[in-house]
Amino acid sequence: MADPVKMAVAGPDDREKQKKLAEAQKKYGRGKAISTKSVRDKKLRSNLKAQESKHKQAVLQAKDAEILNEHEAGFLEPEGELERTYKVRQDEIQENVGIETAKKGFELRLPDTGPYRVDYTRNGRNLLLAGRKGHVATMDWRDGKLGCELQLNETVRDARWLHNDQYFAVAQKKYVYIYDHNGVELHCLSKHVEPLFLEFLPYHFLLASAQMSGYLKYTDTSTGQTVAELPTRLGRPTSLCQNPWNAILHVGHQNGNVTLWSPNSQTALVKAQVHRGPVRSLAIDRQGRYMVSTGQDQKMNVWDIRMFREVHSYSCYQPGASVAISDRGLTAVGWGTQVSVWRGLFDAALADQGKVQSPYMAWGGDGQRIENLRWCPFEDVLGVTHDQGFASMLVPGAGEPNFDSMEANPYENTRQRQEAEVHSLLNKLQPDMIALDPNIIGRLDTINNEKVQQRRNLDYKPEDPMEKLKNRGRGRNSALRKYMRKKGRRNVIDEKRLKAEALRKEHASRSKDKLEQERQDLGPALARFAKKDS
Amino acid sequence: MKIKALSRSTASQQAPGSAVVRQSRNLDPAQHPFERAREYTRALTATKMERMFAAPFLGQMGNGHVDGVYTMAKDPGSLERFASGSGDGVVKVWDLTTHEEIWNTQGHENMVKGLCWTPERKLLSCASDKTVKLWDPYNSLPEAPPLASYLGSSAFTGVSHHRTHPSFAASSSSINIYDLSRPSSTPSQTLHWPTSVDTITSVSFNQTETSILASTALDRSIIMYDLRTSSPVQKLTLRLASNAISWNPMEAFNFAVANEDHNVYIFDMRKTDRALNVLKDHVAAVMDVEFSPTGEELVTASYDRTVRLWNRARGHSRDIYHTTRMQRVFSAKFTPDNKYVLSGSDDGNIRLWRANASDRSGIKSARQRSKLEYDQALIKRYSHMPEIRRIKRQRHLPKPIKKAGEIKREELAAIKRREENLRKHTKKSELSKRQNEREKMILAREQ
Repeated sequence: MADPVKMAVAGPDDREKQKKLAEAQKKYGRGKAISTKSVRDKKLRSNLKAQESKHKQAVLQAKDAEILNEHEAGFLEPEGELERTYKVRQDEIQENVGIETAKKGFELRLPDTGPYRVDYTRNGRNLLLAGRKGHVATMDWRDGKLGCELQLNETVRDARWLHNDQYFAVAQKKYVYIYDHNGVELHCLSKHVEPLFLEFLPYHFLLASAQMSGYLKYTDTSTGQTVAELPTRLGRPTSLCQNPWNAILHVGHQNGNVTLWSPNSQTALVKAQVHRGPVRSLAIDRQGRYMVSTGQDQKMNVWDIRMFREVHSYSCYQPGASVAISDRGLTAVGWGTQVSVWRGLFDAALADQGKVQSPYMAWGGDGQRIENLRWCPFEDVLGVTHDQGFASMLVPGAGEPNFDSMEANPYENTRQRQEAEVHSLLNKLQPDMIALDPNIIGRLDTINNEKVQQRRNLDYKPEDPMEKLKNRGRGRNSALRKYMRKKGRRNVIDEKRLKAEALRKEHASRSKDKLEQERQDLGPALARFAKKDS
Repeated sequence: MKIKALSRSTASQQAPGSAVVRQSRNLDPAQHPFERAREYTRALTATKMERMFAAPFLGQMGNGHVDGVYTMAKDPGSLERFASGSGDGVVKVWDLTTHEEIWNTQGHENMVKGLCWTPERKLLSCASDKTVKLWDPYNSLPEAPPLASYLGSSAFTGVSHHRTHPSFAASSSSINIYDLSRPSSTPSQTLHWPTSVDTITSVSFNQTETSILASTALDRSIIMYDLRTSSPVQKLTLRLASNAISWNPMEAFNFAVANEDHNVYIFDMRKTDRALNVLKDHVAAVMDVEFSPTGEELVTASYDRTVRLWNRARGHSRDIYHTTRMQRVFSAKFTPDNKYVLSGSDDGNIRLWRANASDRSGIKSARQRSKLEYDQALIKRYSHMPEIRRIKRQRHLPKPIKKAGEIKREELAAIKRREENLRKHTKKSELSKRQNEREKMILAREQ
């Protein structure tokens, strides 16, 4: 019990502590605390209390460890009222940042083989470019070192890095192929026929492709097994993206639908009408809270995927060809020949304010049709591909400044890469762990437990709903009548309904018999006074 | 316009010319997706690794005995010495580190039934030849004559030394208290329940409440005695006879009895109307039981040729140890460091086992230790998950034991079913209350 006197004299020191704890809980907390007061079992209560205090300590320590973060995020701030951040050009930025950073903004002119698709490795060190006409190149883009270059002489529709910079998959005209860092073809995944889009789930080692036929196929890249083949039944998909928080795949369709898929279900988990025309592109933020989609209907919609609700809809001048969300929540949209970067889309959704009025940054307008956008992880860099080649664009404030080298290390050496590969294979998640709620694993199965407890209790008698209906069948408004009135007309025929109908028939015939009997008893003169049973 | 973009120099991550790479951490949950799933996967791997490394059997002591080993006693003053008594009357003292025999004697003419060390590190042995003998294995040569011998009127079955006084209790048809400091070989006290006549099978002094003494007898009773009043205090009659009794060294009012009905019962001495816990898993009579020095675990030896390890608070065994050659096990003991288990069986061998099957005693680096601790924490956290529970519980059992277990389960279920059917067709007014599993076996209590 909290002492009321103590509560009354809680000083500013205490309030400070409370505030700090609340802040820490918000960022590092894992859900609500269990209220230990209502627990009756003494042992359990003390265990839970100990557990809770441990959690609290961990949260506070994690908050305290923030001072060890050595880098701060970039920014772009107007100094006067008349300055606009979206007016800032790339050359102005490059002048104002250090030489090392300025070098990260560059352009590659590849006019003959475009339009290109782009992908960065998970640590943001390597770049993969795949031109529609069959030109595939990898490079360590910070050092400007070319990894390998392939001329496949075949249509290339998409390309993806696998778990590290050693392997990548390319969606070619007919099949998906896997190449190693030297450009040697390792595998041909002939199960993936006419792939349009590729997506790689790094924690599950699953390579997924959306096919021309509308099928979604998953292949385990560590074992080579096909995990799932899912028919979307909505024609040729128009876009594909993964939710990095729960490894669910979002597929955009011609009719404006977005369907959510996991390899465990042959039908879509969720189907939502997001646009009024084909969905051109999809992106999801790293914590799996918001989805941004662009469609042929010249809209950019922000969806809250926890509630499946549209929070805002923005208009574009042209259909957005590609959209991407950075680690710090910056949203880049490529439409026509332009790229605009939006900031605070999700904050606006969170605070339930109005829409964001103007973009944060803009680029393009030089007659290069934008094909694909991708943020470089842990850097303030946006990779833009268009029909003329590739441009690396500096966007201050986009990248996560402090990386965790246990997760993805942009500065890893060979030993570390090998070590990380082994560890990630050891901790590989099984495909059947993919669910809408990633934290469902390890939860207690309380429903099942209740049943088990019931089965163990030898004196337990299951409640029979029909028995209930039968016993209370008296008066004008009997339970059975009520049931028949409320539920009986539904177009569902199940066991309960059949039983209820039989019961009703029996009741009716019994009352008819009773009436007949009474009439006979009363005789021909008085029969008309026989009372009909209710 | 104020402009700042991220810049990290490569040199800040790894100083030029050095091989040391910095590890940077960021604890933000947004950077660590699937934390639950990954943790669970790690827990699963840890569980599998634990089972993979499970190798409980370490070896046996020297060449063992010629006849079966029916009793063992560890020296409370030493980590490495213990004594064993055999069916042919031979008593041996062993060294745990070398697994070698240190001292031996043909002490008795008949089966050695009880052994006990005194605080002065002398050894007491009692046998069916109606004698108790006092030996000095540390300061005498093998086959030396005993320091003293005490004669009784009937075969002795157990011996237990008092914690502080130079006296010991030996059980036969009654309990005789002998004084070691007096030269006479007649008992200074004799304790027995007034109405009981059957043989007492084991006796044990409480080491904390030192004048309390407990015994089990063939008439299915467990009797407590108090030396201060030199009288029995209470008697508990169970359904079947108990074979051995062991006091919890940490919670001195709790004791465990090994029963003929395949179960071990843990009782609170102060409240004996129900057992604290019932340990069920053996498929034959339990011959011996002992609490670990920490008081958290128990080891039991059974007639079904297995040794089982138990958690005090759990109803089923944590582990089962068996070998193809081990016969009926008559005694099992924890070593004083809580790390190993000794078992003495009918085949004359004394076997040494790890108390934790996957434990390794070699020196571990700090990393190794922290990894093992982390794995244990993970296993504990996800122990409710069906897959982890299954792997953790899975044991390969010898065919006869598995079969016996199945038959036993079936028979118990049949009995239960019959009872339930009976209840179903009995008038409610005549229906007796269902009996609690922890109270069921208690037939009578007398003060």
